[in-house]
Amino acid sequence: MLEVRDLEVAFGPVAPLSGVSFSLAKGETLGIVGESGSGKSLTAMSVMGLLPLSGGRITAGSIVFDGQELTTLAEPAYRKLRGARLGLITQNPMTSLDPLQKIGPQVDDVAVLHLGMTGSEARARTIDILGTLRIPEPQLICDRYPHQMSGGMKQRIVIAMALAADPDVLVADEPTTALDVTVQAQIIRLLDDLVKERDLALVLITHDMSVVAQTCDKVVVMYAGRAIEHGPVEAIFDAPQHPYTQALIGCIPKGLSDDEHLTGIPGTVPTVLNYPTGCPFHPRCLRAEDVCSTDRPAFVQHGQSAAACHFAGAAP
Amino acid sequence: MTSMTGTAARAMAGFGGTAVGRAFGSWLGKIAGGFLVLLILTAIFAPWITPFDYAAQDLMNGNAPPGWPHLLGTDQFGRDVLSRVIYGARTSLSVSATAIAISITVGMTLGAAAGYFGGFFERAVMTVVDLTWSFPDILIALIFVAIIGPGLTSTTFAIAIAYLAQFTRLTRAQIVRLKRETFIEATINLGAKPRHILLKHLLPNAIAPVIVVGMLAIGDGIVLEATLGFFGLGAQPPTPSWGAMMSSGTAQLFLSPWVIIFPGVVVAVTVIAVNLFGDELIRALDIRDRIRGA
Amino acid sequence: MLLRYIFFRALMLIPVSISISVVIFMIVHLLPGDPIDNLIRVGSSPDDRAALITKYGLDQPLITQYFRWIGAMFQGDFGEAIVLRRPVADLIAQNLPYSLTLGGLAFAFSSIVGIALGTISATTRSTIVEQFVRGFILLGSTVPGFWLALLMILFFSVQLQWFPVSGAKGWNSLVLPVLTIGFGGVALVARVTRVALMDVRREDFVTLLHAKGLPSRTILTRHLMPHAMLPVVTILALRIGWILGGAVTVEFVFGRPGLGSLLIRALGQRDYPVVQGCLLMLALAVMLGTLIGDVAQAAMDPRIREVKK
Repeated sequence: MLEVRDLEVAFGPVAPLSGVSFSLAKGETLGIVGESGSGKSLTAMSVMGLLPLSGGRITAGSIVFDGQELTTLAEPAYRKLRGARLGLITQNPMTSLDPLQKIGPQVDDVAVLHLGMTGSEARARTIDILGTLRIPEPQLICDRYPHQMSGGMKQRIVIAMALAADPDVLVADEPTTALDVTVQAQIIRLLDDLVKERDLALVLITHDMSVVAQTCDKVVVMYAGRAIEHGPVEAIFDAPQHPYTQALIGCIPKGLSDDEHLTGIPGTVPTVLNYPTGCPFHPRCLRAEDVCSTDRPAFVQHGQSAAACHFAGAAP
Repeated sequence: MTSMTGTAARAMAGFGGTAVGRAFGSWLGKIAGGFLVLLILTAIFAPWITPFDYAAQDLMNGNAPPGWPHLLGTDQFGRDVLSRVIYGARTSLSVSATAIAISITVGMTLGAAAGYFGGFFERAVMTVVDLTWSFPDILIALIFVAIIGPGLTSTTFAIAIAYLAQFTRLTRAQIVRLKRETFIEATINLGAKPRHILLKHLLPNAIAPVIVVGMLAIGDGIVLEATLGFFGLGAQPPTPSWGAMMSSGTAQLFLSPWVIIFPGVVVAVTVIAVNLFGDELIRALDIRDRIRGA
Repeated sequence: MLLRYIFFRALMLIPVSISISVVIFMIVHLLPGDPIDNLIRVGSSPDDRAALITKYGLDQPLITQYFRWIGAMFQGDFGEAIVLRRPVADLIAQNLPYSLTLGGLAFAFSSIVGIALGTISATTRSTIVEQFVRGFILLGSTVPGFWLALLMILFFSVQLQWFPVSGAKGWNSLVLPVLTIGFGGVALVARVTRVALMDVRREDFVTLLHAKGLPSRTILTRHLMPHAMLPVVTILALRIGWILGGAVTVEFVFGRPGLGSLLIRALGQRDYPVVQGCLLMLALAVMLGTLIGDVAQAAMDPRIREVKK
């Protein structure tokens, strides 16, 4: 359904994202994980064709959606895909709805635009979708303004907007980061159900490895604008090859035992302006050797997963 | 008050060097800043630069058009327009700068106190300030001059009062914003004295936007001085100021338009330069949002 | 909901009006000398003085005087002009229409042209157009109004003889004053529109609007413009007072009647009853302006309607 190859994004002279690849079929969930600043959101914006809004552009690689190359697609054609076949859920529900307009019209828009519905048909559909998203009293909600609703409710509205025209691919950029912990679980479960019910392809961007473990089929681990490991979730969690992935998994609390020690990762994520040479992770890596600071490691296949590390496959 | 000026000076020294340097970085900043430096030097060295005595009348040579030896022509009394424009820079710049300095000092004190102490005091101060803020600056200045009479001193105070609201609002907004920040809350919780918190922590952090807005206000002050001068309420003859020159020029508008055109051009160019340089400073300091928030 | 808001917002004007009127009332008392000398012609008969002292209660405490003064104002009695020897109310009634015409036209001109220019400069892809508009905004907000008026008179009235040099006869006497006041107004409105548009465009919800597949034009007209108009409406409403009062220089230069030139003349002649009357009218306009602005904001923004309950 969606295949991304060697994606590279540039803002003027700097390239904050390069060498990202993944593929995704219907009914599958792909997790993209990494710390903030690792290029996760840029990947989402690239797929949605919304990079020009922030002044970036795709300089290399390809994005193929349902057999159609997107990187060279003209804006009017892209616009017909957005909302219709590609849905987006953004990070902060507090700011992602137009505060001056009622909820109803904001969701109706999508069906009117892409399905050629009249206003009242679209409203009926909106109420229907809000209902399936377990929003109480959908009719009343349509006449509310965004500021009258809680964050979790707003995120459901955003999801309703993304689903209104029955898309094939849903891109969710940290959909729960700004929400309360209890609401986070609800939203994640909701998305998980939607993938199954509607046979969606979901790109779930998150910094939370435990969310990935719960919901995803595949995972791409990103660091400093690069993919450093990818593969099926079980393979990655069973035998992570890249030291960074190992460290990320080490950060997940497993239980309530007293003698458990959570490991952190020393150092900080480099910014676009000071990406290290060689392997981007080497300054923070416990296993780094001289070669890591000079040569950029290529992907090494290991079972079903692949990692960009000079020592991938070697026993730790 | 002295310790407050001291704080201001320290904060200025801190951000001043690098930010002003960066403001000079762009070509617009270079041109605007260069012009302002040149103008200030001209004002300082006016006696050595002016080709003629600014007050010397030469009635036989009145209303002479621009040419030689009077590059910008003469007014109705045969006084050299160029010399008067150069001396006018002294009056206009010093009046506006003094007025804004007074305005900043009083405005910061009021705004800081209102923002820090809050309560009834804040409400009272801000009601009055918002009131004057919604009135046109020229009206406020006119009323003030009407009460204490025309002249350069009252012009200075009139300008200071006209822009007082701006600095009070801006400082208060900064202080209120800073007070919510963790490091200030921590200082308050540690039991520091209000005076210490205000002078050592709040004001130094609030000062950059106020100084930049102050610089922009010097431009507005120049226009206001010119307007009051134009109404004959500012500098009194024979003191040359850009506004006063244009005022005496209106009678001869059709006969010798240069008497009005040149001072006006200098006012316009100066104010544009002040705005451009101020914009560069705002960019260099990255404080656009903090200025707009007030 | 909106009516409630208007009601409470109007209530808040009461303390403001009281403080403004106190300040204006105090002018006469702050001036050096006996207040009666500021309110009456030099050389008036002792009887006239005595009559005025009783009328204003100048022998009574300040607070009583204030209430007498403001009470008279409410009955339309603004006092007697010292120099012009006529009721101040008549003078205001005579001058107000000129100010309203000039102000109204200048207001319409600056809103329409300003919003258009601001929108163009914020949305155009052509850097030349953008630079041009930015240059215009800079000029418009820095050039002194009276100087611009003089230049316009020199060029359009003297050189080209298209418009009269001064006076208030016929529509063409309005063109130059409207343009002069409008120039600054256009620049201000254009700048606010531009900044507001650029600000909203960075908001998260705009990304989501694009993600819905809405065309840029629809996003601009249906979503961005309403947001950008919030600050513009505030500025425009504040400007109502500014245009009436700020027109003083322009009315003066073009020799037009109006509240502004009445005030300037009265200030020059130290005709304080007229000064007080004019200031009260202008203050009223400023307050009405802010009220209209706030109400318009509340009508446009559901968040404001609720917060101020």
